[in-house]
Amino acid sequence: MTVAGWLTIVLFAVILTALALPLGSYMAAVYSGRRVLLSPILAGPEKWLYKLLCVDPKREQDWKGYAKSLLIFSLAGWLLLYLILRTQTVWNFTGLNPTGFHSGSWNVTFNTVSSFMTNTNWQFYSGETTMSYFSQMAGLTVQNWLSAGVGITVAVALIRGIIGRSGKSLGNFWQDLVRTILYVLAPLSVLAAIMLVSQGAIQNFSNYLTAHTITGLTQKIAMGPVASQEAIKMLGTNGGGFFNTNSAHPFENPTAFTNLFEMLLVLIIPAALIFTFGRMTGNRRQGYAIYGAVIFMFLGAVAVAYIAEAHGSPAQHAAGLHTGVIPGSTGGNMEGKEQRFGIAGSALFNVVTTVTSCGAVNSALESFTGIGGAVPFANLSASEVIFGGVGTGLYSILMYVLLAVFIGGLMVGRTPEWLGKKIEAREIKLAGLGILITPLAALFCTALATASHAGRASISELGKGPQGFSETFYAYLSQANNNGSAFAGYTGYIQPNAGNLGAHGVTFADLLGGFDMTFARYAPILFALAIAGSLAGKRVSPAGLGTMRTDNPTFVILLIGVIILVGALTFFPALLLGPIVQGLTGHLY
Amino acid sequence: MRRDILTSAIAVVLFTILLGVIYPLFITGVSQVAFPGKANGQQIHFNGKLVGSKIIGQSFASPVIGKNGKPEEKEEELVTEADPRYFQSRPSATEGGAYNAAASTFSNRGPNDKETEEVDAENIKAYLELNKPYDPSLTVAQVPVDAVNTSGSNLDPEISPANAWIQAHRVAAKRGLSLSVVDGLISKYTSGRGLGFSGEEGVNVLELNLALDRLNAGGK
Repeated sequence: MTVAGWLTIVLFAVILTALALPLGSYMAAVYSGRRVLLSPILAGPEKWLYKLLCVDPKREQDWKGYAKSLLIFSLAGWLLLYLILRTQTVWNFTGLNPTGFHSGSWNVTFNTVSSFMTNTNWQFYSGETTMSYFSQMAGLTVQNWLSAGVGITVAVALIRGIIGRSGKSLGNFWQDLVRTILYVLAPLSVLAAIMLVSQGAIQNFSNYLTAHTITGLTQKIAMGPVASQEAIKMLGTNGGGFFNTNSAHPFENPTAFTNLFEMLLVLIIPAALIFTFGRMTGNRRQGYAIYGAVIFMFLGAVAVAYIAEAHGSPAQHAAGLHTGVIPGSTGGNMEGKEQRFGIAGSALFNVVTTVTSCGAVNSALESFTGIGGAVPFANLSASEVIFGGVGTGLYSILMYVLLAVFIGGLMVGRTPEWLGKKIEAREIKLAGLGILITPLAALFCTALATASHAGRASISELGKGPQGFSETFYAYLSQANNNGSAFAGYTGYIQPNAGNLGAHGVTFADLLGGFDMTFARYAPILFALAIAGSLAGKRVSPAGLGTMRTDNPTFVILLIGVIILVGALTFFPALLLGPIVQGLTGHLY
Repeated sequence: MRRDILTSAIAVVLFTILLGVIYPLFITGVSQVAFPGKANGQQIHFNGKLVGSKIIGQSFASPVIGKNGKPEEKEEELVTEADPRYFQSRPSATEGGAYNAAASTFSNRGPNDKETEEVDAENIKAYLELNKPYDPSLTVAQVPVDAVNTSGSNLDPEISPANAWIQAHRVAAKRGLSLSVVDGLISKYTSGRGLGFSGEEGVNVLELNLALDRLNAGGK
């Protein structure tokens, strides 16, 4: 461990908070329909979009109407992306398939499409050896935007339900979607993409290069429109890399500075939305309390991962490698890590992307030490509440807030109230289901995949002993949480040659994963919207002396306790079988 | 319901045009005008031909010439051996030979895996064999981790300064240069931390090797 390493972690948290505060206020203004800085430029295109879409933005929707629009829109996006990927060769006339890749097979395409629609961006395929530039930009990039937009609309609808004074309206789905894309994602994404190119991320449509090296070898170098996808991939907490090695690839993440920049892109919207919540409820301290809880858990996770990775792995030590800090090298477990990021930059990045639903990686999770690798597991076990994905994070943690309010209410013996509204059996039932559905999907799929021949076929050759279980468990946990990071040895796609000639998907893993992602994305969305609908109609009663406050440190501690308790109770047995065993033993398998 | 279906159908097509075609084209246009070198991958030309990208690592091994005068192959991959005149990059395990930048991949070697130990041990041995003759005080304890472990992308363009300082003994001896000249080049091609605190310092191997070649060519 080094001073610079710890400094990176602390300064990152400070910069993030400083940037998220103003963005949170901005987004609150956008979703309240107030004029903002960009209104003079964007109000015109906004109106124009409503006209083209045949939408009346003033038409208010109740939770069922909102959910219906959301589901139908997602389904339409699914169908179009499936069509694009399955007909990859048809689009060769655009000249955007210079390497001549074939179209995807049905099973892996099913998985990929479900993955991008649900903001998971789990990838069984490898970008630079199977996807044409056309599929990457017109297919995958588009869902990077839309899935992020859908996530944010749900969070906004839930906030409206919570603050609603009367009636059933949650706003209008189409209006929220258009505003999210136009006012939030587009400006940030354009700026971020240009910033990334200025630092060395590539953006072109060239053929793959062939270099003749000075020692007489030839090297093929993949090209592509990378930066435009990279920006929205991080900003929308998507995480699906243009290249197989994602943000470890120098063309996606060229320097230590871009590494920091990309981490900020990932967390900026989830962090800002927490402040947006505080603003919109009219009590900013509500936002600060939730932010306090998540940043505390976040920093705890980073510290554990950094210490574990700096210590090195049993395999390194058995081989005789010294992993301490020496002049000119920080030592540690550098297997699967890039020199320019180092141990701290890699540990921090992977915590950033596993607490959110981003799932981008800048180093090989599979090569993390047992305890270092247990951190992403633990983050996923908390079901996307530590910042979480764009939108999904906020609505997920608000369900935990409901649960904490309920438990707190039971402890003090009063009817639980939250922001002046009585919390009753219906809301708690919905929140309970919303919280438990993701772990349920993850554990069910893991059990099925571990117990069946078809499931075990996906475990890599290197996944021996507990590593094999960790791979499997991580795969379905990551997909259920719509995260998309992977212990990348787990395969769902066999590709003997570049150009996917003769390639085939592993049907079991592709289908199970696809259903896992879809179910665990849309079921909680429906529960969140149902809660919003149920709260929207409730009358607000003034807070009395006996009302439990939800904006003070006591509540922060209660909330952290509830999150850890639920996560630990659901996942601890499974975690013991995989990463914890590996972390506690020096034994090699 | 019917209205939602209509709107959804228009929406996915419209957004595909806006976000999937116009947005990437716009970014490409801006990038190609403002940062053409960066946007095209920081290609490096040497003696008039493309020798690689500044930020994509490559192998500095030479093909082994067999008895028949042709490069030897094993399982359809070229047999190569480290060229001692050049700084060597980190080990790479991409398919189709090391540093295949058309198919980046993680090695996915587990922390508790016997195979990881074996590969690490082999790499330590190879590193010592290559460098110890020129730096007799070198011991296992000084072998930097990045010289033994594969990187994330397996295309890491950099090595740690510690790794470069050790290899400097060999390169200086092989090229008839003084150690201080080589060390000077190393610090010239060492990138600093991001914003002064983030990430680690690294030495760009391709740039360093090209600078050495230029130095030797100019000196003769």
